[in-house]
Formats: sequence, C-alpha cells, structure tokens
Amino acid sequence: MKDICRILLMGNPNVGKSAIFSRLTGARIVISNYPGTTVEFTQGQIKIGSQRPMVIDVPGTYTLEPTCKAEEVAVQMLKTGDLVVNVVNATNLERNLYLTFQLLEKNIPVIVALNMWDETKHQGIHIDVKKLEEKLEVPVVPTCGLTGEGIKELVDRFPDVEPLKIKPSTDSEKWERIGDIVEEVQKLTHHHHTLLERLEELSIKPFTGIIIGIAIIYSSFWAIRFIGEGLITYMFEPLFEKGWLPLMNKLSAFLGEQNFLHTVLIGNLIESEINFGQSFGLLTTGLFVPIAMVLPYIFSFYLILGILEDFGYLPRLAVLVDNLMHHLGLHGFAIIPMMLGLGCNVPGALAIRILEGRREKFIAATLMAVAIPCMAQIAMIIGLVGQRGGKYLAIVFGTLFLLLIIKGLIFNKVLKGASPEILIEIPPYRLPQLMAVFKKLWMRLYGFLKEALPFVLLGILFVNILHTLKVIEFFSNIFAPVLSGLWGLPKEAISALIVGFLRKDIAVGMLGPLNLTTKQLVIGSTILAIYFPCIATFVVLIRELGIKDMCKSAIIMVVLAILVGVVLNLIL
Amino acid sequence: MIVDLTKMHTGESGVIEDIHGGHGVISRLQSMGIRPGKKMTKVSSHFWRGPQTIKIDKLRLAIGFGMAKKIFINVKR
Repeated sequence: MKDICRILLMGNPNVGKSAIFSRLTGARIVISNYPGTTVEFTQGQIKIGSQRPMVIDVPGTYTLEPTCKAEEVAVQMLKTGDLVVNVVNATNLERNLYLTFQLLEKNIPVIVALNMWDETKHQGIHIDVKKLEEKLEVPVVPTCGLTGEGIKELVDRFPDVEPLKIKPSTDSEKWERIGDIVEEVQKLTHHHHTLLERLEELSIKPFTGIIIGIAIIYSSFWAIRFIGEGLITYMFEPLFEKGWLPLMNKLSAFLGEQNFLHTVLIGNLIESEINFGQSFGLLTTGLFVPIAMVLPYIFSFYLILGILEDFGYLPRLAVLVDNLMHHLGLHGFAIIPMMLGLGCNVPGALAIRILEGRREKFIAATLMAVAIPCMAQIAMIIGLVGQRGGKYLAIVFGTLFLLLIIKGLIFNKVLKGASPEILIEIPPYRLPQLMAVFKKLWMRLYGFLKEALPFVLLGILFVNILHTLKVIEFFSNIFAPVLSGLWGLPKEAISALIVGFLRKDIAVGMLGPLNLTTKQLVIGSTILAIYFPCIATFVVLIRELGIKDMCKSAIIMVVLAILVGVVLNLIL
Repeated sequence: MIVDLTKMHTGESGVIEDIHGGHGVISRLQSMGIRPGKKMTKVSSHFWRGPQTIKIDKLRLAIGFGMAKKIFINVKR
C-alpha cells in the first residue's frame, strides 16, 4: 500500500459523513439531520500508525455529475484524494450504491462505511455484509457515526484498500447490477410503524402539516423568548449589577472622570453613574451588550434550532412553505438559509450554496441581508425597542417581514428566469440526542464569543477614537440631510451606522444613549437592519455571489434603507 | 393506466413508467432514486400546485409540481 495523504469522506447528502468525520478526527463540526448541512469541505487529521493523513469531509452528493455548487465542490475534491471512504446509508442501500459505482469507476481506492447501521435493525432491514463485500470487491464496514460503533474497524481496514480496475458502464447497466446486488444481500422483514413514523406522515400532509408547522414555529419562538428573557433577568443582569458594577465603580473612581482612559474603559457616566447600556466603555457596555444582552438569546435560539435540526424538521418546513417561496422567486429549500440567517447571517450566507441558480442565490442573499436580522441584532432590538412597548417591536419586525415579501414579489417579476422546482429528500425523524445537541450548541456559542466579542470591543474602541478625533462630527454633518431631513433622526445617529458595518448588535445599542423618541428608535433600528450587512456577512456574500451581483445587491440595500426610512418617518 | 404524479391519489401506489425532460433532470432524479421500474407510493400533495411527496423503498422525497408533471406512473385503477 502506498502512503495515504488525503482521505475523502464522500456519500449522498445526510448519510452521516460529518458524524463519521467528527469521530475520526475529534474535530468539532456542525452535524444535523437534513441534506446539505455541510456546504464547504472541512478537514482534520487522524493518526494511523506513524502516518498522519488528512481527512476531508466533503459535501454530500447524489452523483458525480454536479447539479449545484456544493456538489461541484465534492466532485473537484475527488481529484485530490488518495482514498475515498464512501459513506452509505444502510437503510437506503440501493440508491446509495449508485454513487458507490460511480466512485469505483474512477479507479481510486474506495472503502464503504455502511452507516446508520443501528437504524437498519429498527426498520427490519437485514444486510449480509460479507456478501456485499464480495460483490463490490472493496471492504465494507458497518458503522454508526453518532455512537462511534465500527469506526475503529473502519480505520483498521484502510491499508486493505486497493483501487479496482473497472470499465465505465452506462447508468442502466449500473442500476441493473445494483438491483441484482441488493436482491442478493438485503432482506426485509415486516416491522410495525412507530409513533415517530406516523408523525412523519402527518407533518408532510397539507392540513395536518400546516397545523403542526404553525405549532412548532410558534412554540419555538415562544421558547426562545422565554429562555432568553429568563437568562437575562435571573442570571446575567444580576451578575453584572451585583458582581461587576462595584468593581467598575471602583475603577471609575480610581481613574477619575474626564480623561481618555476613563472614556475608553468605562465610558461616559450617565447622571454620574455607570450605565451598562449607555456608557459605552470597553469594560462596561463592551462586555454587557455581547454577554448579558445578546448571548442569552444566542443560547436559546441555537438550542431550539439545534433540536429542530437534529429532529429532522427543517426539510418538512421547506416542503410546507415551498408554494409561498415560489412567489418570492425561490423554492422551499431556501427557508433553510433563512432560518440559519436568523441565528447569524454568516452561516446563512454560506448555506445559500444549496440553492441551484445565480438568480435564486441573488434573491436569497439580498432578501436575507435586508430583511432577516441576526439573533444578536434581534436581541438588542428586543432589549431597546421592547422597553417602549410590544407594539413597537411589532412595527420593526412587521416592516422587515413586509419588506421581505414585497421585495421577493418584485424580484420574482423583474428578474428573468423562473424559480427552480424543489426536489429534496426528507429524512426520517430522529430523536435528538442530548449530548449531540449540547455539543453543537457549545460550538456555536463558542463561535459567537470568539467572533463577536472582539468585533464589539473593536467597534466601541473605534467609535471612541473617532469621537476624540472629531471624525464622527465631520461625517454626521455630511449625512445630516439624509439622517435628519429624510429619516428624522439626530445626526449623531451616524455613529451607529458606521459601527453597523462591524457589528449590528452594538450598532443598535448605540441608539440607546441618543435620547431618541420612540418613533426615532423604531426608524433607527429598522434602518440598521436594512442598510447593509455586517462586514463578516459581506465578505462571504462577495465570495458566494461574485463582486458584480454583490454590488447590485448592495445598491438595492442602500436604496431600500433610504426609502423605508422615509416611509416610516412619514406614516408613524 | 398511466398517469403523471400529480394525478395520482394520495396513498396510491404504482410503478414509475417514464420520466420526460432533459438529460439533466432525468439523471438528477435517477441519482436520487426516482427512476423507471421503481415502485412508489404517493404520500401527499400540497395545495395550489404545491410539491408532491412520495415514498420509494424507505426514502421520502418532495418533488415540485412542475417536475412531478413529468413523472409518469403505471397505476392499477
């Protein structure tokens, strides 16, 4: 056997490649129960004897003739591998073997991981592994990625793998051979429908599906709010008020007011007291906003999303909303990037890859960037606007929602081409495993803290410096006609718009100290959501859409922000 | 008799007879397990020309209305 340097994990979507990858490398990656979770390849190292080859988790693909960007990535990766671990869903042997044969014909070494082995037992499927191995002429190892069963055996057999010399065959020849093999190695026995299976059917039938869908969405939002608010009120606010404030008061007294260091670290005293929401020092607002105001909501959102993902609900939601999404120039599957975007626009923007065409991607990206605020921003809007009354929250989110619909309708009419048809596999429901849910939640929380904290702190530092240098004053005078004239905001609000390029949460927070009227606050936070994505999202979108489409999208955003601001200013 | 997928009744089973359309559509459907000769059951059909959901072996798939029109199934009626 020659040295193995790069091992590719390949297979159909949603067969558990990422779970096996995580088992092999110990790396933390997002694993969910829907096709298209992994859109970019992830790599990690494993140790086999004295070798340390790279393992690459390749996005799922049904065929080596790519039909979307994620599949293209998969096919390109194939050329770079020395060994392919073909992950096969054991409960769908026939369909999965099609890709296996395509891989075998590429004459590179292939080993088959017969994954989800545990599920075959519940479903009355019996597979003769030995016989399958004889038929395919490559090693076949039953595995269960989630529990780790069979992973060691899989690695142990890597050295046995040799490339086959198979002549290319036509599709019908492939299916014929697959048919014969499945006939010989697989036996099905009758099994009783479980409660989950009944629920599966009910949730994709139109009437019951819509009722279940509304119930799930409603209770999800309720739970996110309940958990988020609870954490803030009973945990994080007391923590800051009782634990951190006394320390900060001492520091403030020690530094003495009216000097640069005090301004940077503590910020301005509001009525000669530190105000975590409005002081805008690095150690006060800089920590309070991301940790006490935003983190609780990030926690509750990703907890609920993680449960829905692992349960396998999202593809069903995609089917239910397919019809509505067609009117917006998209199809149902686009609901998945949108849902991810509610957490953070960056993974949302990445997930746009699961959509097929340039038109769809453009629509989805522009809709998301304008009308889907991320959870950090939502938390801040709830915190700030919510104080003035629930009605005003409804105005902000209602405006964004209306904008989403109207813009989608217009795009669908104006942009040439039709929205492609939905074609997705609906995975079975699986009861989420507590450990897996919390592992994923922890990964996302860690990701948030790692990305958000530095940017929030940087944003605050940046604004303090700009203030001291009078740069903000300069810009606020330039933009005063738009800000005051069109939107009715004080010209100082420009600082929020500037910081909004860095982070939207802290930008909304900057509206706090401006003593805005309720109307101004509503207009300000709505515009902050619309006018431009944060820098992190922007960078991803440039990569996914290309510079040209992104510029078009950006122009639309700015124009919409101006329009919506004017309209709200007139009607409120 | 042969009907397209949208004309099948919910709960009805049949054998896929033919798929019309370009090479791209056919090979994509086929790679997902939807191909002539396979037995399938229609699970549901959504309102206003919405997606059709079907079951093939243990697989559940959702297919847009327009695409479903191109899939012809031999049903016993």
